[in-house]
Amino acid sequence: MEAIYLSFILVLSIFLGFELISKVPATLHTPLMSGSNAISGITVVGALTAAAAVVENQQIAHILGGAAVALATINVVGGYMVTDRMLAMFKKKQ
Amino acid sequence: MTINFLINLSYIVAAILFVLGLKKLGSPATARQGNLISAVGMLIAVVATLGGKGLLPWTYIIAGFVIGSAIGAFAARKVEMTGMPELVALFNGFGGAASLLVGWVATYAAGNSTFINVTIILSILIGGVTLTGSIIAWAKLSERMPTKALMFTGQQIFNVLLVLAILGSAVMFCIEPSNPVWLWAILGLSLLFGIMAVIPIGGADMPVVIALLNSYSGLAACAAGFVLHNNLLIVAGALVGASGIILTNIMCKAMNRSLSNVLFSGFGSAVTSSTKVEGEVKPITADDAYLIMEAARSVVFVPGYGMAVAQAQHVVKELADHLESNGAEVKFAIHPVAGRMPGHMNVLLAEASVPYDQLVEMDDINPQLPNVDLAVVIGANDVVNPAANKDKGSPLYGMPVIRVDEARTVFVLKRSMGSGFSGVDNPLFVGDNTRMLFGDAKQSLSHIVGEFKS
Repeated sequence: MEAIYLSFILVLSIFLGFELISKVPATLHTPLMSGSNAISGITVVGALTAAAAVVENQQIAHILGGAAVALATINVVGGYMVTDRMLAMFKKKQ
Repeated sequence: MTINFLINLSYIVAAILFVLGLKKLGSPATARQGNLISAVGMLIAVVATLGGKGLLPWTYIIAGFVIGSAIGAFAARKVEMTGMPELVALFNGFGGAASLLVGWVATYAAGNSTFINVTIILSILIGGVTLTGSIIAWAKLSERMPTKALMFTGQQIFNVLLVLAILGSAVMFCIEPSNPVWLWAILGLSLLFGIMAVIPIGGADMPVVIALLNSYSGLAACAAGFVLHNNLLIVAGALVGASGIILTNIMCKAMNRSLSNVLFSGFGSAVTSSTKVEGEVKPITADDAYLIMEAARSVVFVPGYGMAVAQAQHVVKELADHLESNGAEVKFAIHPVAGRMPGHMNVLLAEASVPYDQLVEMDDINPQLPNVDLAVVIGANDVVNPAANKDKGSPLYGMPVIRVDEARTVFVLKRSMGSGFSGVDNPLFVGDNTRMLFGDAKQSLSHIVGEFKS
């Protein structure tokens, strides 16, 4: 049942994604890509708790988890910052 | 129980903020605020998670945050706008790598069901392909490796065998999850598959590849969400996945090619045109060009990536200002594949302080072009090639282009005669209303700006 429930969320989110993204103008497609880079850094939340159920091999799991936290944080911090930097340059005509 | 309830409640808030943030990306006026809203959502999700149980040891968490933030902030500050495709390619790869690692960690948990094992495999597979595929895309974009499509005999057979080996290892992993051989096999084969998938794609097609890998990095986060039964990862991953797919589709349409054609055909390596372009090239000097520009009431600039390479966008902006104060209406026509990633040209022009209401998309500018006095093509070639509309023998036939040949006069700024990225001849250069302004675009334009000033 869990599989069905998770798939349900997945399918609805994909449809929501299509609706949202198709309204983004071509002018903003590069910031859209770097901004979605940042959102995909949500894996950091998973990385923080992934090792919770590990009993044996804890040391390895912690190292891999820590590396995942670092990589996902690069995405989050770098993604949001660079997107902000780009969007700040888009100005309306005075 | 209550802590878990609160964490999930804040995940809902985070998901709402991600959606609102993307919604605000619908207009340049609200986009910056939208990005901030999305970042707040991320902060809430992370802080809530840190309040829960079953976390990594704090030393690992802090080390991860410090290292990741330092690298991310440094890259975001230092990157040049022309280097944005490389940065996005690398970030895609990091996102994939993080999902791969999360899947890997989950293999050490005891008593995983087959469903969990399948999602672990997907997480490692998609994450691994995204990681190495992105590294190859980055290397091709930054010209650290040859940009042409890399093909060898038996490539297809090798790839089929590779896919079969991945499927075999996946099945064996589900049967014997405790045998580490299958985990290593899936890890290694996934990473190899990412390399094999991107090396046969030419440098000119990298915009499509980055968009696709952007989508994969989201889907990898989705798979990790299935592994951990985390709704927020699934929602956020799906949003990114959908975004990448839409952009991939737009890019393919703009090049008049199918996705499978981009991924498997090795276009960009060699194309021969069946028809020869004949006619006389009419050059013009910068002094004469100035006289025509001064008389023009409406001017449309059509920039290509060549303009950015020559760092000419700032002088173009200066010229546009002079034309405007001279009473002309100025617009910039942007083809979807101008630049090296979706929307790249818009960012480069925004950096040169061109206001976004002057940037016009191809479909909006084309009906206006017959009434335009002067179209100025700078560093663009294939995207203004009229053969795409008229010549059935041209390899570009059917590709949507900006129809500058319909403007009253066309200037083409070009270093010398020669064909574009695709190697296809361009009949625009010998058109009756076309004048070629040879030489370095930046110098020619500076000269004209100088005339306006005097």
